[in-house]
Amino acid sequence: MKKIIKYIITDILRNKIILSYTAFLLAISFTIFSLEDNSTKGLLSLLNIVLIIVPLISIIFSTIYIYNSAEFIELLVSQPLQRKKIWLGLFTGLAGSFTIAFLIGAGIPIILFEATAVGFMILAVGILLSVIFVAIAMFAAVRIRDKAKGIGVTILLWLYFSLLFDGIVLFLLFQFSDYPIEKPMIAVSMLNPIDIGRILILLKMDVSALMGYTGAVFKDFFGTTAGMVTSFLILALWMICPLLISLRKFDRKDL
Amino acid sequence: MISATNISKQFGKLKALDNISVTYPAGECIALIGPNGSGKTTFIKSILGMVVPDSGKILFKGKDIAQDCHYRSDIGYMPQIGRYPENMTIGQVLEMMKDIRNHSGSLDDDLINDFNFKSLLNKRMRTLSGGTRQKVSAALAFMFNPEVLILDEPTAGLDPVASEILKQKIVKEKEKGKLILITSHVLSELDDIVTQVMYMQDGKMVFYKPFDLLQFETGENKLSKAIAMIMQQNQFSDIL
Repeated sequence: MKKIIKYIITDILRNKIILSYTAFLLAISFTIFSLEDNSTKGLLSLLNIVLIIVPLISIIFSTIYIYNSAEFIELLVSQPLQRKKIWLGLFTGLAGSFTIAFLIGAGIPIILFEATAVGFMILAVGILLSVIFVAIAMFAAVRIRDKAKGIGVTILLWLYFSLLFDGIVLFLLFQFSDYPIEKPMIAVSMLNPIDIGRILILLKMDVSALMGYTGAVFKDFFGTTAGMVTSFLILALWMICPLLISLRKFDRKDL
Repeated sequence: MISATNISKQFGKLKALDNISVTYPAGECIALIGPNGSGKTTFIKSILGMVVPDSGKILFKGKDIAQDCHYRSDIGYMPQIGRYPENMTIGQVLEMMKDIRNHSGSLDDDLINDFNFKSLLNKRMRTLSGGTRQKVSAALAFMFNPEVLILDEPTAGLDPVASEILKQKIVKEKEKGKLILITSHVLSELDDIVTQVMYMQDGKMVFYKPFDLLQFETGENKLSKAIAMIMQQNQFSDIL
């Protein structure tokens, strides 16, 4: 499996997209931090990048990469290698490259300018989101044979997680505003890894006071250690579930 | 060496393999013959574990292939259309396969020398012609001295010189007592290698018998003529 990871990572590095992504993250984080004299404001801008750009790049690049390595996968499957190891190797290679890219691109500026609890929370959420969206991409790519359709579906998935889901949540909030729905809202937010990440970071920033009663309820849950642990566990589930399902599917796939 | 029992595979409505049972002993050279779409490649891919059959069992040296993947280190496979990572060079692909296979014995680089790969090692896979890709596939299939060779349309797309080199290599390996499984449309070139003939149609195995018996039954010496005769007989029996 180490060998597969090695070949995947050298191949990803050769194709330069990841390098430009790292450079882009570096440039944008440095710009944000040097533009604002108040680095908390900088973090807020960085937050939006982490929540929008990171999932987008991870999911689209991974999907295209998996479809393009169909030949490579086919070659490996006819060799004395376990299918599970091939698939996990592919996942580790992709997730590893994205984690390293994010650590360099956003990690260095954060450590230089804002080495606080909030900064590290952004770093952790960014890495988790990278890995989660690689896993979702692998799930979509193994289920859909057609490349164009697969890429279309992953773009829709990203749209759903970053925009549509919030729309649905807002709609629910307005529809049921007469009822005490703050607590069910916590459960609903668990259905979207980007939302969990956003809430975790915002609460660390102590701007929850601006969110009224909902903010207080959220703070009550996410602010405690138990709540934090639960939400990180759920993020881990978001990573493991798509990966395991795709692994089972790949094990029986005809190439 | 390889035995398949009741292998069936369905792709949507199409029955690609229909209850195939067959045993290949070591030292034979088997020609897998049948019209296009008769399930030859699907059957080969099931042996390699690239296609997972819906039902049935394949044993390699008495072990079920579904549980263990190591049996594949005894197989050299040359696919019909060799597909390789596009932005790797020939040299890198060869090195990668050596690395992945982790082969302990000596490497067989006859074909690499005969096909004159030395000058091509730095060429990227995407720039190669179909014929050169086939040469790469052939070189990889023979490189690790496998006990079983599975060759899917080995000479399709090769020029006469390369085709002859490959054929000589197959004869040489056969003399070492290896099991060789070949599918080919160009039957004339199989004549002096083949010992057994397996004929497939519509996912079913029509017959599997020694080549000399087939020659005797049809009264034809050449494989192509013998097969043509059988196909005609089949059509007649269909009409009747």
